[in-house]
Amino acid sequence: MAGLSLARKPLPRLAWLQPAVLAGSLLPFVVLLVKGLTGRLGANPIATAMNQLGLLALIFLTASLTCSPLKVLFGWKWPLKVRKTLGLLGFYTALSHFLVWLVLDQGLALQAVVEDVIGRPFILVGFVALLLLVPLARTSTSAALKRMGYRAWKRLHRLAYVATALGVIHFFLRVKADVTEPVVYGVFFALLMVIRLFDERRRRTLRVSRSR
Amino acid sequence: MARRDLPPDPKISEITAPELYANRRTFLKQAGLFVAAGSAWGGGLVALSSRGQADPPPAPPPIPRGETKAGDAWQKIVRPTPYDTSEDKTPFEDVTTYNNFYELGTSKADPARNAGSLELHPWTVKIGGEVEKSVTVDVDGLIQRFGLEERIYRMRCVEAWSMVIPWVGFPLAKLVKWAKPTSRAKFLVMKTLFDPEQLPGQRRKVLDWPYVEGLRIDEATNPLTLMSVGLYGAPLLGQNGAPLRLVVPWKYGFKGIKSIKELWFTEQMPRNTWKMANSNEYGFYANVNPEVPHPRWSQATERRIGKIGRIPTEKFNGYGEYVADLYAGMDLKRYF
Repeated sequence: MAGLSLARKPLPRLAWLQPAVLAGSLLPFVVLLVKGLTGRLGANPIATAMNQLGLLALIFLTASLTCSPLKVLFGWKWPLKVRKTLGLLGFYTALSHFLVWLVLDQGLALQAVVEDVIGRPFILVGFVALLLLVPLARTSTSAALKRMGYRAWKRLHRLAYVATALGVIHFFLRVKADVTEPVVYGVFFALLMVIRLFDERRRRTLRVSRSR
Repeated sequence: MARRDLPPDPKISEITAPELYANRRTFLKQAGLFVAAGSAWGGGLVALSSRGQADPPPAPPPIPRGETKAGDAWQKIVRPTPYDTSEDKTPFEDVTTYNNFYELGTSKADPARNAGSLELHPWTVKIGGEVEKSVTVDVDGLIQRFGLEERIYRMRCVEAWSMVIPWVGFPLAKLVKWAKPTSRAKFLVMKTLFDPEQLPGQRRKVLDWPYVEGLRIDEATNPLTLMSVGLYGAPLLGQNGAPLRLVVPWKYGFKGIKSIKELWFTEQMPRNTWKMANSNEYGFYANVNPEVPHPRWSQATERRIGKIGRIPTEKFNGYGEYVADLYAGMDLKRYF
């Protein structure tokens, strides 16, 4: 009687959090799809979809990197419950951003695509960011963590910082004159890294003082 | 027996488990939190990721009647001309909601949204520099003096998209002749209105305001070069550069300076705004050329707005027969 045994356990206090983040995260995709299918994405719908997916990927990646600084700053543990979901959303959104460019924008013209990836720093930077996210998405399960060992897994997953930084640079290089928005993401990212560094240093001194 | 009067017992499976019954408040609370948090997070994501989305299209402006200073020029637009393309015209709503006019905002939809702050009447233009006599003239006066014609041109943006637009205007050559430049005049420099009240984008120094563009005199007097005051048979809307803008169809769109307030004839080549902002990426000539890529993207193909897929970009945007002579012997890779 699976139903009964489930019911016997009281609901965990934060059972709503993960499904809420997942459902909310799907909303922009639903809006984009409905607008796209009803011709409400403006004069250049492919460019609009590409821009929105790219920005959304950066938002997800930044949000997933905000989780542990929130714990450092306020002692909250709940953000850690959605960190992995946000990171995976970042990867899948970046992938769909790339696929819209490859299929809808470039029409699978592979020669032009290869020339662009190799020859245009702004596209290369975005492409490398996506490639860096692939191993992270592949090792996102707890089974992978066990297999790799915590230290190696953690070292690998530090690539998320590099990928997000490259995402910000990709955004920065794309705009023609008004760099306000990419700079805002860049400053926020830098702030997160500073919090991490301070936390790391604090922990190291704690360890040293304990071992004495 | 009394038992017959009672409703039948519910099946065992329909009885709410006592634990679940006790949990119902927690369950309702959690469901509420799920909906609230999910919609707040989702709404925030939609708002953050879709900034700069297009608004519904505005209606075309009314065509002025004969009582304005422009007389009945708007009723006597000359069409067709030999310069027209027969390609499908880009819909009015796309031409008026997908614009680069940073003085009215940097997203494509901003100009349509912010154009209301532009005061279009009256609008005078100063003509000076190397001319016999400086003058300040009213745009309606220019329209009456030179008459109007329609030119259906391709417009190729440096961002690798393009449109086909039925412009209304007069050849710049007529204005140049009328302004009587001196023999020292080699270039014609144009400036956009500088007024952060009317052009709120100028409150932030995204570019070095006011916007400056220029042409060599032989480019300015080429029969293709148009001073536009309208499109689709009606006066320009603010987002398209009302009331007076330049159209040079063989050059990238950023040469088409909008809301022109000043025209100066000079001996020196002017420093145009985008070249000043980034001289590696934007030059003075800005001729459409698929062989010279923009450093950040290819210029070999373009997307025609309203169509699916990409089409090859033509040298001089397909107007080579009219303008290639202007650049004979020039290294167009160097003078891009």
